[in-house]
Amino acid sequence: MSAASDFVRTFFLTELLRGLKLTGRNLFKRKVTIQYPEERAPQSPRFRGRHALRRYPNGEERCIACKLCEAVCPALAITIESEPREDGQRRTTRYDIDLFKCIYCGFCEESCPVDSIVETRVFEYHMEDREERVVTKQQLLVFGDEYEKQLAADRAMDAPYR
Amino acid sequence: MGDIRSYTMNFGPQHPAAHGVLRLVLEMEGEVIRRADPHVGLLHRATEKLAESKPFNQSIGYMDRLDYVSMMCNEHGYVLAIEKLLGITPPKRAQYIRVMFDEITRILNHLMWLGAHGLDVGAMTAFLYCFREREDLMDCYEAVSGARMHATYYRPGGVYRDLPDRMPQYEASPFRSEKDLKILNAARQGSLLDFLEDFCERFPGCVDEYETLLTENRIWKQRLVGIGVVSPERAQELGFTGPMLRGSGVEWDLRRKQPYEVYDELEFEIPVGTNGDSYDRYLVRVEEMRQSNRIIKQCIDWLRKNPGPVMVDDHKVAPPSREEMKDDMESLIHHFKLFTEGYCVPEGEAYAAVEAPKGEFGVYLISDGANKPYRLKVRAPGFAHLAAMDEMARGHMLADVVAIIGTQDIVFGEIDR
Repeated sequence: MSAASDFVRTFFLTELLRGLKLTGRNLFKRKVTIQYPEERAPQSPRFRGRHALRRYPNGEERCIACKLCEAVCPALAITIESEPREDGQRRTTRYDIDLFKCIYCGFCEESCPVDSIVETRVFEYHMEDREERVVTKQQLLVFGDEYEKQLAADRAMDAPYR
Repeated sequence: MGDIRSYTMNFGPQHPAAHGVLRLVLEMEGEVIRRADPHVGLLHRATEKLAESKPFNQSIGYMDRLDYVSMMCNEHGYVLAIEKLLGITPPKRAQYIRVMFDEITRILNHLMWLGAHGLDVGAMTAFLYCFREREDLMDCYEAVSGARMHATYYRPGGVYRDLPDRMPQYEASPFRSEKDLKILNAARQGSLLDFLEDFCERFPGCVDEYETLLTENRIWKQRLVGIGVVSPERAQELGFTGPMLRGSGVEWDLRRKQPYEVYDELEFEIPVGTNGDSYDRYLVRVEEMRQSNRIIKQCIDWLRKNPGPVMVDDHKVAPPSREEMKDDMESLIHHFKLFTEGYCVPEGEAYAAVEAPKGEFGVYLISDGANKPYRLKVRAPGFAHLAAMDEMARGHMLADVVAIIGTQDIVFGEIDR
């Protein structure tokens, strides 16, 4: 470029003004911001959030204590103890997930042969005490009951891909 | 006597411009850097050692967390090394999906880099625009894997699941009018590929926007031109890879030089710089975003036309589908075997490298025939770049150190591992 046009560009701040024009245009454009707690970004049915344990429609818990999830968990976040129940079925007596250890990789859900342990869409939760990080079997089942409809719908939607 | 003596200054580890946990001990003379001494290790999580104690597949999730702005590329390096040892090739469709997500990752990484680099140097606006586009790509990550960042999507032998036919949509809320919602969801009516195609149409315009804000901007140029110059010879000696090397004018890109997956079937160009300064590296990365966009487009076209399996049909390595697993005893056994013991990898060693957004990300794997790696070594591109910090910063001013950290595109997850 010639020295004259260089001179003009330097003193008339052309490139800065072009940048300002761009930001000015964006000032009046549709905003991309999401008003978070009231408004949500879309969530995929594959979303991997907090865990839950599911039940069969007849109310029987799905988990059969095969301990695949415990074995596959890379972070060793799952602890399972099991014993035969009164009716002779093998069930867990303890199913703890340490949410601090968990890396939300989804392997537990992938490994579960009875679709019992699942990862829900819930990604916002807190605890007020360090001990609360370990969620017990009872808590997981209650959580699963609460979200069962959504969970079943998501699994059905993703079934062709798995 | 009254002469000025050099003094030592601590930069970081808790410094917003230090990109994580970089601690630099700077020996300064006035405002001029005489020596820069990076102290690493503050984010060391022993990923390599951890991998030795678990079956191969279980470490995939930890690879995401190495370079946590280019997640899938790290997985790719690891998965390739395992595949090399096992001697398996994933189906073509899986290869295309991988390449597509590698390029999405490259754009993600470069957008993050551009935003953060701009912010370091004082350009706030570009950061906001970059994150606007990042959000769309994060949605693609989430649509396929279920996580916005730590995907755990690649597996030895392919990828976990095929691309979804539906994109999740925005739901109605009191903050959106019906019409507004429709505009938001316009691109999300079809499959993931439709969504991505729409993004690819839009994206070159977005890159033009960033360039309008930065490329010719005199402040941006004053901060970057002539800062951290590395000659091509020196860049090679220092072990630079990726845009750091290409910025110095060396045309080296693993996607071309040692094509892996389907890169040899795709058309793209490798941008190179001429001066080897921060500004050239900026230009190289911006052009790489455009080229990545081009590659994604080609992948979309191919993936549309060629449905098929995305995982090898070898149940000694890849678990059977859930339907099979629930119907067939043998599949159930494979399922249990794979999720408890994993698979044994033949004895030997392999090095696999991918062109990650930051440079050559390599994984060196030694197997003693067990179901766990005997040794895993990660070659992180950022480490070699950070090692050149002293050389690049010497003689520059304190503010330029921030620009140099920015131009090196440092992420501590991979450097400290």
